Amino acid sequence: MYRYTAFDQRMLDERVEQFRDQIGRWRRGELTDDELRPLRLRNGLYVQRHAPMLRIAIPYGLLSAPQLRMLAHIARTWDRGYGHFTTRQNIQLNWPRIEDGPDILAALASVQMHAIQTSGNCVRNITTDPFAGVASDEQVDPRPYCELLRQWSTFHPEFSFLPRKFKIALNGAQAVDRAATAMHDIGLYLRRDDAGQVVVDVLAGGGMGRTPVVGTVIRKDLPWRHVLSYCEAILRVYNRYGRRDNIHKARIKILLRALGAEAFTREVDEDFAHLENGPATATDEELARIAEGFAPPPYQALPPGPAALREALVAHPGFARWHQRNVLSHRVAGYAAVSLSLKRGSVAPGDLSAELMDQVADLADRYSFGELRVTHEQNLVLADVAQHDLPALWTTLRELGLASPNIGLLTDIVCCPGGDFCSLANAKSLPIAQSIQDRFEDVDYVHDLGDLTLNISGCINSCGHHHVGNIGILGIDKQGAEFYQITLGGQVGADPASTHVGSVIGPSFGAEQVPDVIESILGVYVAARHDGERFVDTLTRVGLAPFKSAAYSSNGAGNGAGQELEHV
Amino acid sequence: MSEAAGARPVIRIVDGVARVVEDAWAVVEDGTEWDGSAYRLLPLRQALERSQQLRAAAPVGVWLAPNDEPAEAVALFDSIAMIGVRFPKSGDGRGFSTASLLRSRHGWRGGLRALDDVLQDQLFFMRRVGFDSFALRADRDPQQALRAFSTFSDSYQGASTPDLPHYRRAGV
Repeated sequence: MYRYTAFDQRMLDERVEQFRDQIGRWRRGELTDDELRPLRLRNGLYVQRHAPMLRIAIPYGLLSAPQLRMLAHIARTWDRGYGHFTTRQNIQLNWPRIEDGPDILAALASVQMHAIQTSGNCVRNITTDPFAGVASDEQVDPRPYCELLRQWSTFHPEFSFLPRKFKIALNGAQAVDRAATAMHDIGLYLRRDDAGQVVVDVLAGGGMGRTPVVGTVIRKDLPWRHVLSYCEAILRVYNRYGRRDNIHKARIKILLRALGAEAFTREVDEDFAHLENGPATATDEELARIAEGFAPPPYQALPPGPAALREALVAHPGFARWHQRNVLSHRVAGYAAVSLSLKRGSVAPGDLSAELMDQVADLADRYSFGELRVTHEQNLVLADVAQHDLPALWTTLRELGLASPNIGLLTDIVCCPGGDFCSLANAKSLPIAQSIQDRFEDVDYVHDLGDLTLNISGCINSCGHHHVGNIGILGIDKQGAEFYQITLGGQVGADPASTHVGSVIGPSFGAEQVPDVIESILGVYVAARHDGERFVDTLTRVGLAPFKSAAYSSNGAGNGAGQELEHV
Repeated sequence: MSEAAGARPVIRIVDGVARVVEDAWAVVEDGTEWDGSAYRLLPLRQALERSQQLRAAAPVGVWLAPNDEPAEAVALFDSIAMIGVRFPKSGDGRGFSTASLLRSRHGWRGGLRALDDVLQDQLFFMRRVGFDSFALRADRDPQQALRAFSTFSDSYQGASTPDLPHYRRAGV
């Protein structure tokens, strides 16, 4: 991974001291709570339902084993012994004390980690494909570009007080997008042009939340050297003209829609004309320096499909099933990328205890060159495992409860912390995830259903990305009671054209009805599907109507009073 | 009028060092007619309307609201000494882009002052986008705020100061 220079470390250490000073002034009464608020937010500290919540950045989802051990140490020392991996490839601790913030940040800085810009109206953690650098369908390794953007956006003097938060994602894979790039404020699609040069298609104005929008590509074939200048132009237009009078209309997607894509692009291009080839133009030398950290690990020359693997596939149906769902092919012969499912039994999706963090760190050291990744589906990845090690790794993961063979299946539920923890939430989300896990315990049935994404958000802020789940569940509050609205047909495709926001099927449901409704919806799919057809493709072919009618003919389904909530 | 009359403490960057000094620059609010005296920052409209009178009263300046277009001030550059940028609310970051544009695109080399709800914890960034003086709200202690300028010893990206990204600067 990227190797910090003395300069990077100094910037981080100075940030810790800055925050220590700010907390000190707040404790002495020199800063009011209101004045501290934006300062603690841009260091990841929220005040939540039970306690502050600390969101720690995991830049583009990349972690080293020592970093994960430090997260375990922090969770044990200053929290309750576990952490929650988020849909933005970060990790959250739910019970720290604000006063401990500076010490926690200092501990993080000792392993080159931080909570910089994980909240607040600024550029947030850059996200990308968790299989970057190893996927066989990759055209450009996005990690060096992610790091270039991380450095550029860190403490950006002009763009630290934006109208609203700002999220950038990169994708370098071909014909697939594992970063939901089109749903970001800026999405960067990296590819090679005919001459082999890296160029970028730049998307702007995507986002979830109250107004889900698939972004618009506003620039094609931008030479990569200009990517920072072009982002600067986009952010300047947004910073100057984005709405600041209404928090719900302050994201760049609203500005783009108000101006129209053409006028918005004209503004950006006009600004970019002044920046093109200016000081922010990136250099080959700097990219090469950064890329050194992402050089391939010392792979061994290994035969593909070794005997140990072939034998295990035959001998253990459980292993074969896990291999089918949780193991991804690798660009290097004899290696594979392994997903560790954090969706199991009674544990909240994305949660991991400090003990397991330590054990996963040991597995990373033993099997994957000491590195791991966090996915936006809230799972972990060991990206460089020798195929002949897979049976032994599976055995250990099973013992740890991290081998649920469900990656990309119904039970790989993506879920925000919801009303149990989050003060923004309108409804609980974790018990809904649990009730669905419980209902669909039958592994054979779930495997037979095949690829299917189910996402749950406890409020319209959409941290659970319910808008793009094939099945989306949104918690809503109705006169103090919690209800759940269901959307169907959301999908993250390879590009904006194949990325869709789901449609609300009708009035919301009570919590206890949700598993029945999901079961009815799945019944329609099983009856109507063609051979090998995915849930979302059947839905596209037959339309919403039969799913809707099945959902509302389940016993007592639909609260009846929720009609007006269709337009939430 | 001398600079000492009506002086109040502000932070000014002098020879690269932030100091608390007293000066007489004051804002002429919208709807108030400029009385022709020096050390006044006029609303942009008024300054444009009275541009012929500005030089005689030198030094005078202009102030820009968050939604004022900095390009419109370019016509005044030859007759003014100071541009004030107003921050009606500390969270409203439009003034950062205003300053950036004035310095980087329009080439303003005169005084550039941050006005109104200016917080200690924003000063480092404000200096980087090109401000060289800072009028803190009256209830804030400018002497203590001076520490903000040494929060970071360096920076990643280019801005007005310094204009190059870290990796392109000499001696790195």
